[in-house]
Amino acid sequence: MAFVTSADSTTDIVRLDAKGLKCPMPIVRTAQAIKEIASGQLLEVLATDPGSVPDFAAWSRTTGHELVASDVDGGVYRFVLRRK
Amino acid sequence: MTAPTVERELLPFLEAAVSETPVEEIETFPAVNTSAEQAVKRLVIINWSGELDRMWPTLIMSTAAAASGYRTSVFITFWGLLPFVKDQKRIVGETWMQRMLSLMQRPGISHLKLSKMNFAGMGPWMIGKLSKQYNVAQPPELLEAAQAMGVEFIPCQMTMEMFGLKREDMIDGLGEPAGAATVLELMTEPNTASLFI
Repeated sequence: MAFVTSADSTTDIVRLDAKGLKCPMPIVRTAQAIKEIASGQLLEVLATDPGSVPDFAAWSRTTGHELVASDVDGGVYRFVLRRK
Repeated sequence: MTAPTVERELLPFLEAAVSETPVEEIETFPAVNTSAEQAVKRLVIINWSGELDRMWPTLIMSTAAAASGYRTSVFITFWGLLPFVKDQKRIVGETWMQRMLSLMQRPGISHLKLSKMNFAGMGPWMIGKLSKQYNVAQPPELLEAAQAMGVEFIPCQMTMEMFGLKREDMIDGLGEPAGAATVLELMTEPNTASLFI
C-alpha cells in the first residue's frame, strides 16, 4: 500500500495521506489501509475533500471501525480510526 | 344487553379462531439487527445505460459500497455491457449488424459518451477536462478499484449473445454470465439496496 507509512507494533499509528482525493477514493484507500493493520490499532487519515467529514462518520458506523477523532486544520481534515 | 343477531352468530367462530391461533405466530417479528456484524448489507446495481454520466455513479456507488463492507453485485446489461469490453477492441460482434452497432457505439471504459450534451464528443471532453482538473477519479481507475475491492460484475448472458460478445472480448475478472432470475434473487436478499442505472 503506497500511501501507508509502516508501523511496527499495535501501538503505532498508521498514517494514510488521502489529500487531494475525491469521493469515493478516500474511503476506498481507507478500507484498503485498515485491512493492513491489526485489530485495535489506529489509522490516521488526512483528507482535503469536505465531503469526507460526513462520509467517514457514515463509514465508521457502517463498518464498525470506531472513529476516535475527527478534526480540521487549515483545510486538511484528520480522521483517526480504530480497527475493530 | 344482548348482542345483535349477526354478532351472536359469529361469536363462536371468532372465539374459535382466536383460541386456535398460537400466540407465537401472532407475536413473531423479524429480529432487528443493530450491529454491523450481524447484518450483511448488500448493494445490487443493474447497470443498463453504459454512458459516462451513468457509469460514474455505478462505479462510485459500487466501489464505496464494497469499501464499506457491502456485498456488491453489478449486473451489466444492454448498453451497460459495452464499457466492460476490452478498451483496445474497436469492433466486436459476429454478424454485420452486431459489428455495425459497435462501430456506432465504441466499446471500452475509456470511450464513454454522455447521456446528454454529448455534442459529438465535445461534452465528454469538457467533463473529462473538468473532472481531471478537480482530481475526480476517472472511470478506468474506479473500475480497477471496484474490482480490487471485490465488486462482482455479472454480465447478462442474453445481451452478450445479442451483441455477439464473447468472454474474450470482455475485460478479465467478470463473474459468470447470468440472467434475470439471478439478479432477482440478489435483489430480494435482506438488507439490500437495489439501483437501476
